[in-house]
Amino acid sequence: MNFKKSFRNTFLVILLSLIVSACATKKTTTTVEGQMQGDVYTGTDTVKYLADGVPDRVFFATNESILTTKSRDTLRKQANWLRENSSINVVVEGHADERGTREYNLALGERRANAAKDYLITYGISADRISVISYGKERPVDSGSNPLSWSKNRRSVTVKAN
Amino acid sequence: MFRIFNLTFFVILLSITKANSLIEIDITRGNLDPLPIAVSPLFQDDNSKKNSKNELKIENVGSEISSVVENNLKTSGLFNPLSKEAFLQKPDIAHLKPRFEDWALIKAQALITGKVKIENKKLKVEFRLWDILAGREMMALAFTTVPSNWRRVGHIISDKVYERLTGEKGYFDTRIIYVSEEGAKTARVKKLAIMDQDGFNTKYLTLGNELVLTPRFNPTSQMVTYLSYFKNLPRVYLLDIETGTQEVVGDFPGMTFAPRFSPDGKKIIMSFAKDGNSDIYTMDLENRIVERITNHPSIDTSPSYSPDNKFITFNSDRSGFQQIYVMKSDGSNVKRISFGKGLYGTPVWSPRGDLIAFTKLHNGKFYIGVMRTDGSGERLLTENYYQEAPSWSPNGRVLIFYRETKSNDKGEGFSAKLWSIDLTGYNERQVQTETDASDPSWSSLLSN
Repeated sequence: MNFKKSFRNTFLVILLSLIVSACATKKTTTTVEGQMQGDVYTGTDTVKYLADGVPDRVFFATNESILTTKSRDTLRKQANWLRENSSINVVVEGHADERGTREYNLALGERRANAAKDYLITYGISADRISVISYGKERPVDSGSNPLSWSKNRRSVTVKAN
Repeated sequence: MFRIFNLTFFVILLSITKANSLIEIDITRGNLDPLPIAVSPLFQDDNSKKNSKNELKIENVGSEISSVVENNLKTSGLFNPLSKEAFLQKPDIAHLKPRFEDWALIKAQALITGKVKIENKKLKVEFRLWDILAGREMMALAFTTVPSNWRRVGHIISDKVYERLTGEKGYFDTRIIYVSEEGAKTARVKKLAIMDQDGFNTKYLTLGNELVLTPRFNPTSQMVTYLSYFKNLPRVYLLDIETGTQEVVGDFPGMTFAPRFSPDGKKIIMSFAKDGNSDIYTMDLENRIVERITNHPSIDTSPSYSPDNKFITFNSDRSGFQQIYVMKSDGSNVKRISFGKGLYGTPVWSPRGDLIAFTKLHNGKFYIGVMRTDGSGERLLTENYYQEAPSWSPNGRVLIFYRETKSNDKGEGFSAKLWSIDLTGYNERQVQTETDASDPSWSSLLSN
């Protein structure tokens, strides 16, 4: 009886983990009315533009600083724009969501800002035109306490410095 | 500028009876049965009351001091101060020689009596602690100080009583430095603030023009280290609370953060972030020599020394996720000590040396907990939606931390408050602050 029950539970767990891992590997699960992919924000609500067609920010998964395909696309647009406007310098601000300890989030924000900076450098922008600053979780753009709000806050934002 | 620690006390030890008393408190276990104690108002004669009114705008400073004591003892969770309405004996007479049967009748096991006098701009206070069951005096002390120090007199009396009855130093004559928070979540204004441990005498040390975070007391002096975004350059600063002077710590080409003093007060240990990598550094405050302690491509932050200066605990994601590590002070012998489920952050070494307090995130909940310094014996003290950054009371018995509430989708309903909890996991209390508050740090005892 007990054995049967635990066997059934084990089976359920295996089944569930198969489903979960399938989702995790595909990374195409869209949630919250198509505004998130995985837990990366894909909407445009909070996005501002450095110039026509040049978004100012990219978004990150929880605890991550990896650039998504979309982020790299955005940063290439920023790099093109920076090449055309060679007198402009920028600050890349790194941010985290509110669900982490303050000090770790400061480091995480710095890591995210540098991920964006490094990509801009790869596309030919001189390092001395880009400075970085981390705000950790201190400057959210969305003050809600829900997964969508948090995804908007996990970001790096490229801001004109002059 | 901020002359709040420039205080002189003359303490005269009248007597401490070390003979076996019948009452004592075991503070190593959760105290569900606090000791009934009677705190008789400190007696003050009419002449002194007039002086008190002139000097302090308070007529009965004796009762005010006894209220400070009563509140401290009650908040500790170890004492149950009895209602004054039930007291049968007058304060002045009780102070000379209590009628023990009267106090036993109202179930008091200990009694505090005393008298105060304000004369020639001096406050003189005398108090006695009595063991009701044994029918004798346990200790007697007298103080002389400036009248404006009257709340501190209450804290010192509380510490003496706590120490006499528990066998361990108290933590009442202490201050909390924290970050005062106001305004919308997306544009929070933060200021450094300092207050007495019981929430009184709040003073703001910065104006809110720049973001400030994570202030920490020097355990040996009236210095504070904290993170400021002055001129949009996040750097660790050093602030002298007595003079108000501040200076940047070191000359780093990037963000420095997560500062803390070494237990001897001679070094600041902190993180320095460069090119997406945070490592731990120290700076000697005397010779200004900077030393790199960790060198690893992961995030290394939130360092805290052991009280003997020999080890450092810190937070690192070198395993892939935030975990707690311990290493020797020179950076050698790095060992991971947190292995439970979830993420671990903000390790802080207990001033007693035996435990490390931490924040844990697991399944969307935040916990404040403690573990032994080898990572064994993990104990979670409190669970909540969001809480972090524990700081130890100087006797290592109480933790203060901050807790945030969840906002709704419009961002309403958010608050940040200070809370304290005993090491036993009992006696969880909100610490009153004038504004929202976070990042508390507990000072050492101001007097001994």
